[in-house]
Amino acid sequence: MPTETLAGHTVELDAEGFLTDPSAWNREIAGELARRAGLALNDQHWKVIEFCRKDAQEKGEAPGVRRITQLAGVSMRDMYALFPKGPGKLAALVSGLRKPQGCI
Amino acid sequence: MGEDTPRKVAIICSKGTLDMAYPGLILANSARMIGIDAMLFFTFWGMDIVNKKKLDKLEVATVGNPSMGMPTFLGAIPGMGAFATSMMKKEMTKLEIPTVREMLEILDASGAELYACKMAMDMFKLTRDDLVPEVKGVLTAMDFWEKAEGAQIVFI
Repeated sequence: MPTETLAGHTVELDAEGFLTDPSAWNREIAGELARRAGLALNDQHWKVIEFCRKDAQEKGEAPGVRRITQLAGVSMRDMYALFPKGPGKLAALVSGLRKPQGCI
Repeated sequence: MGEDTPRKVAIICSKGTLDMAYPGLILANSARMIGIDAMLFFTFWGMDIVNKKKLDKLEVATVGNPSMGMPTFLGAIPGMGAFATSMMKKEMTKLEIPTVREMLEILDASGAELYACKMAMDMFKLTRDDLVPEVKGVLTAMDFWEKAEGAQIVFI
């Protein structure tokens, strides 16, 4: 696995750019992962990220987009506005989680 | 593919059974979830998926479906289709799979484009009012090819 320096932190990323170790994540790394994906994080993004981190800790895997819209107080349309290049991967990626395994 | 040529899929839904409705809906939605443009073209029996009066009542095909694991004559017994459908819906609820109606709403919110087939509408004597509002327009087969330019095509 390649290691990279993100915002001054050395981390390991998988082939798709996901952090391999969620515990290595912090807010600065999130900002850098987002920047690389063409996103500037705002309060709405952080609401999603905080939900994803919490949910993954409880459930052991990154939540899918529908689950996020049901539980994080963000609508489906908001999700696509926040992550135009694909909320399915990007919400988990900037949250420092692995790729979601669900199809919804 | 490069940044300037985003990927695009066009999914043709030609079947109206519950088991043939989901693959197209799920594939289109998963494409949108990773940023691929998606359009769906509903034609022939697939029109049932976007028909207001029918979409909540789609049934699993028990006749002529070898995967059901039952002889065709059993599948033809009245009520068998409804039974198989309720079993499948139960399993899907357990897995938190959205209903067909919710899938259409999700697709609409995701920016996927839904179109109905002009010829199928004429054939089944349907009007725009018979279809869910998520359907963006009615296309001829020629219109479909124009809209689908550059897309990967999936026929279901």
